[in-house]
Amino acid sequence: MTDTAVEDVLASYHQMLLIRFFEEALSDLFTKNLVGGTAHFCIGQEACAVGVISAARPTDWIVSNHRGHGHLLARGVEPYRVMAELLGRRDGCCRGRGGSQHMSAMAQCFLGTNGITGGGLPIGTGAALALKYQNSDGIVLVFFGDGASNQGTFHESLNMASLWGLPVLYVCENNRYSMSLEVGKACARTPVSERASAYSMRGETCDGMDVLEVRRHASELIDHVRSGKGPALLELLTYRFCGHSKNDARVYRTREEEAQWAERDCLKLAREWLSTHGVTGPELDGAVAGAKEVVAALVVRAMACPHGDREDATGGVYA
Amino acid sequence: MPDAVVRAGEIYFSRAVHEALDEELARDPNVFLMGEDIGVYGGAFGVTKGLLDKYGPKRVVDTPISENSFVGMAVGASLLGLRPVVEIMFMDFIALALDQILNSAGKLHYMYAGQVTVPLVIRTPGGAKGGYGPSHSQMLTNLLVGVPGIKVVAPSTPAMAKGLLKSAIRDPNPVIFVENKRLYPQRGPAPEGDVCLPLGQAVVAAAGTDVSLFAYSAMVPVCLGVKKALAGQGVDVEVVDLVSLQPLDRAAITDSVGRTGRAVIVEEACVTGGVGAEVAAVIAAECMGSLEAPVLRVGAADAPIPASTELERMVLPGPEDVAAAVRRVMEW
Repeated sequence: MTDTAVEDVLASYHQMLLIRFFEEALSDLFTKNLVGGTAHFCIGQEACAVGVISAARPTDWIVSNHRGHGHLLARGVEPYRVMAELLGRRDGCCRGRGGSQHMSAMAQCFLGTNGITGGGLPIGTGAALALKYQNSDGIVLVFFGDGASNQGTFHESLNMASLWGLPVLYVCENNRYSMSLEVGKACARTPVSERASAYSMRGETCDGMDVLEVRRHASELIDHVRSGKGPALLELLTYRFCGHSKNDARVYRTREEEAQWAERDCLKLAREWLSTHGVTGPELDGAVAGAKEVVAALVVRAMACPHGDREDATGGVYA
Repeated sequence: MPDAVVRAGEIYFSRAVHEALDEELARDPNVFLMGEDIGVYGGAFGVTKGLLDKYGPKRVVDTPISENSFVGMAVGASLLGLRPVVEIMFMDFIALALDQILNSAGKLHYMYAGQVTVPLVIRTPGGAKGGYGPSHSQMLTNLLVGVPGIKVVAPSTPAMAKGLLKSAIRDPNPVIFVENKRLYPQRGPAPEGDVCLPLGQAVVAAAGTDVSLFAYSAMVPVCLGVKKALAGQGVDVEVVDLVSLQPLDRAAITDSVGRTGRAVIVEEACVTGGVGAEVAAVIAAECMGSLEAPVLRVGAADAPIPASTELERMVLPGPEDVAAAVRRVMEW
């Protein structure tokens, strides 16, 4: 194993830790009633965001879904600005107008999280149409869940992307539950990646808890898409360790099932891999402590940031 | 209007729309068309005929029957700098794309705090025309004017169709461009060349002193006919073409009522919760001092549009309904 490979995994480990602690801190703020509305945490799914996005170029576009904080952070959007947005503050990426499910960062080629299940699929497909129209060598990554794969927009978008050979990688994070409905009760046939064949495109399923595996599959499919061979669908088998959103007693699944998946926590797997490749315990502990400190500091800073004014609330509806 | 040339003859409304598309495609390489059967077939009403041959399949994209997704794709393409012009074959089908219109097109500029614009046009023919029936006939402007972030334009003449569509295509906001199946075969003067008309402005289609008729789309010519008919009976009707339904030209509305003191709002959509209600509210708020009669609305019955042409006529507002409303406010 080369040093570069170890460095890459270590970098991914850092990012996954940041996302995990960021989400846990946000969850804590909800518990304390310091945040309004709702949010969907990606705790357990960090390897999906990090593995795929690290395989792409920073200039490739990203379209995300309702569970998008990990995608934003993996893309390198400043965590403070993401947290400020989640807290509805003026320094947020969208000045508090968007919040969790409607957050974009165009400077980082992040086209937005999306509060409508399946709503981002056509938007990402249209962005890919624009890239092809402009003869760009960029591609679009569209993240969505197993639930969205039952929306018409999934099927319509994949169909048109395939017909027109658009440069888009569809990334289905299959966390087994569309809110409460288990995937076997929602999809007439699994794996979701098989649906790619209906639209004559390449589809693959891989372990979404292993960041190396995610990255390997994503790299291959990104190369395929970028080389002009048309769109592809990558399904990542994963699990959210938390509920669907902030208020979810998880009555639809057993604690035993959760414990089994916890054994395959992406952070645990990455740490084991790094240990066996020469990274020391103190180094790994240092990464954990460092990520916690970063998150704690940005929460304090975001909480101190003021809210927007009336112009932020009612202005700027039209360009 | 440097490039304008007033041509000798009149052109069809549908031709005016065609010319606007043709000229904008020629002017701006970022403009492209999407929609069902707009290519080889030339559009269900023939508006895009010939454009595929002229501009090729990259600029004139025949889509599968997937309204919500191709509207969503147009939104996505517009975020990256293109200017899509989408055709929705019948206005009723806009229901299939309402998610992307409501939750994406209308909201993205605002909710992303100005990081993006959505320069998107959705053209769609509304209106009933001789028996298309319940799913192919409705004028759904009342659904659309309540969506912040989108503009709604409904021209009534070929000149307006051309000049406003060109402006809509150049506008940085999503614009729903409401055409009308009954207007497509209507003829009128329209300038040749690059003449844009401003969005957001009503037009006094015919001045008068006794009563203001506010109308849009195919009800404007109906109101002009009523004006003519009532002139012989000593009633001088002013016809104001609202043109822009979102935003409404509030000043034009209050100015006209200030002149006449009486108002009737005429539209082809169902009366309930419609543009007429909005105009009436503007008048109620701003014109109390000059009103000499109650404000009346004339519109379609609150019913779907039936297929039978006989029944269709009973649901839609006609000139006699408009004339009756005018007489009522005059006799108040």
